Amino acid sequence: MSVVQQETTVMANSSTASATSRAAKLMKRRSRIRFYEIIIWVVAIAAYFVLPSKMLILTEIAILALFAVSLDLVLGFAGIVSLGHTAFFGLGAYIAGLMALHYVAEPVTGLIVAGIAAGVLGLFTSFLILRGSDLTRLMTTLGIGLMMAEVANQMAWLTGGADGLSGFLPGPILGLFEFDLFGKTGYIYCLVVLFVGTMIMRRIAFSPFGMSLKAIKGNAMRAGMIAVPARKRIVIAYTIAAVFAGMAGALLTQTTSFVSPDVLAFHRSADVLLVLVIGGTGYLYGGIFGAILFTLVKDWLSVITPQYWMFYIGLLLVILVLIGRDRLARWVEYLPERFSKKEDGR
Amino acid sequence: MLTILFDGVAYGMLLFILACGLTVTLGLMNFINLAHGAFAMAGGYVTVIMMNRYGISFYWCLPAAFIVAAFIGLILERTLYQWLYQAPHLDQVLFSIGLVFMAIAATDYFMGGQQQLINLPPELSGRMDVFGVGVGRYRLFTIILCAVLAVALQLILSKTRFGSRLRAAVDDRRVAMGLGINVPVVFALTFAFGSGLAGLGGAMGAEILGLDPNFPLKFMIYFLIVVSVGGTSTVSGPFLAALLLGIADVAGKYYVPAIGPFVIYALMIIMLIVRPNGLFARGGR
Repeated sequence: MSVVQQETTVMANSSTASATSRAAKLMKRRSRIRFYEIIIWVVAIAAYFVLPSKMLILTEIAILALFAVSLDLVLGFAGIVSLGHTAFFGLGAYIAGLMALHYVAEPVTGLIVAGIAAGVLGLFTSFLILRGSDLTRLMTTLGIGLMMAEVANQMAWLTGGADGLSGFLPGPILGLFEFDLFGKTGYIYCLVVLFVGTMIMRRIAFSPFGMSLKAIKGNAMRAGMIAVPARKRIVIAYTIAAVFAGMAGALLTQTTSFVSPDVLAFHRSADVLLVLVIGGTGYLYGGIFGAILFTLVKDWLSVITPQYWMFYIGLLLVILVLIGRDRLARWVEYLPERFSKKEDGR
Repeated sequence: MLTILFDGVAYGMLLFILACGLTVTLGLMNFINLAHGAFAMAGGYVTVIMMNRYGISFYWCLPAAFIVAAFIGLILERTLYQWLYQAPHLDQVLFSIGLVFMAIAATDYFMGGQQQLINLPPELSGRMDVFGVGVGRYRLFTIILCAVLAVALQLILSKTRFGSRLRAAVDDRRVAMGLGINVPVVFALTFAFGSGLAGLGGAMGAEILGLDPNFPLKFMIYFLIVVSVGGTSTVSGPFLAALLLGIADVAGKYYVPAIGPFVIYALMIIMLIVRPNGLFARGGR
């Protein structure tokens, strides 16, 4: 072996090593806890003490946020435009209701079962969205959502049909914390689930796995060329998102003690898309910011025009798209980039 | 049995007229326009207002519905839609859902949420017997009118100068512009024409499909099925798809009422998995 060859091998090795370390640094920088993340969780906890009379709307925000964050995993990372994400939300809601009605009144069990059921549905339906263009995916997801709504409507013996499920009361959480009349326990419960869920999804989204999803979103063919198994990744991401959407549905059931076919309605899919558009896609917290803004706006509108708030939601969508949702979603980048400077090793 | 087939054909023809405008916007201009049903609804409500408030004959309402819907389509295309032709699909979806929501709420506000009824002229109502088959007169009228329209569409698209311009603009926008075809005008006219057809379909469908503010959402999936199953490269593809869908839907609702809608959605999903580019797609793309 000549000297020159040896040298090139060494150089190649060292350059691979430096590339690896650079990549590791990049991943670390991307996944660092941002300033606004701390703020938002502190605010969420503070809201419990500051706004004791607003528990119901805060709960609603937390549930919608979890739902939206799960959709962001599909839309913002994997780049799949889904109009049928309510299928999982609704399934989770019904499963949680049925669990509480017939089997276990303990909410966490119901939550986990609902998540698993929605995940199974997500796994099966994910194979349907692998093929075809945006339009095909849109149609398939929409079709799945409508089918679920139809099933819930037709299987009245199980789901109560158009009347929905009611007459069950969730027991104390883990046998310890009783649900109170003002929804305080409910809010804390939803907040904890939202926090855990967001942290898990955050871990997934900012791992190399999440990066590969973004690569698939950018260009599926090129992602395939650098050995990213696009189909497998999409199946996994879609299933995980389905699990959390199902959990969000279960939370809604458990905090309201009621399931109606409305949980599967089309407008929910549109609402959650709007939430993501308001908050911005591709960084998970968009779901939370969007949920806060959306719920407040909707609440405000439904006070002004109880019957026609839909008009203004539609108007909001049109305006948002026309002025460019990218421009709007970029505001979060103006927030302080990092929480502490000491990790910055560049 | 034959009556069901007949009703299915009428229903399918109606779906074709409603959806063929969408074929153009969605397939040819590559714009996911979920708000197509709103134009149909506009046509339907024009008919209802003209007939029930002013007592104008049904036959005059049909062209009026076409013109009003086409006009609305033209205005919206020029003011809003044209900015989004190059936008990502997500933007188009959000935008058109927004339009649908606005249309639903506005209709609810002005017309009320109840189902609207129209009184057909006496010569179109009722049934008659043709070779032992009970045939609804109105459905026969629908079939004839829609068939004429379908043939006319095919001829316009394949024989006229405008049709060849449209096809050129769709196949390659840049080259078409280079050849001196005013592509935006062609697209705007086509969009208006498609909206007008939807309006006409809405006017005719007020009797068969029903008309209330939720119309655009209720039938959105049907239009999308027609377009995605039929493919977008021809007129005949969506036409056959619409006929199939109409017959399957009517038969499904008649024979297995419990799972009727379920069958349609399941069929659509299977179809999309097997032939993602449409039932009659000509390969490639």
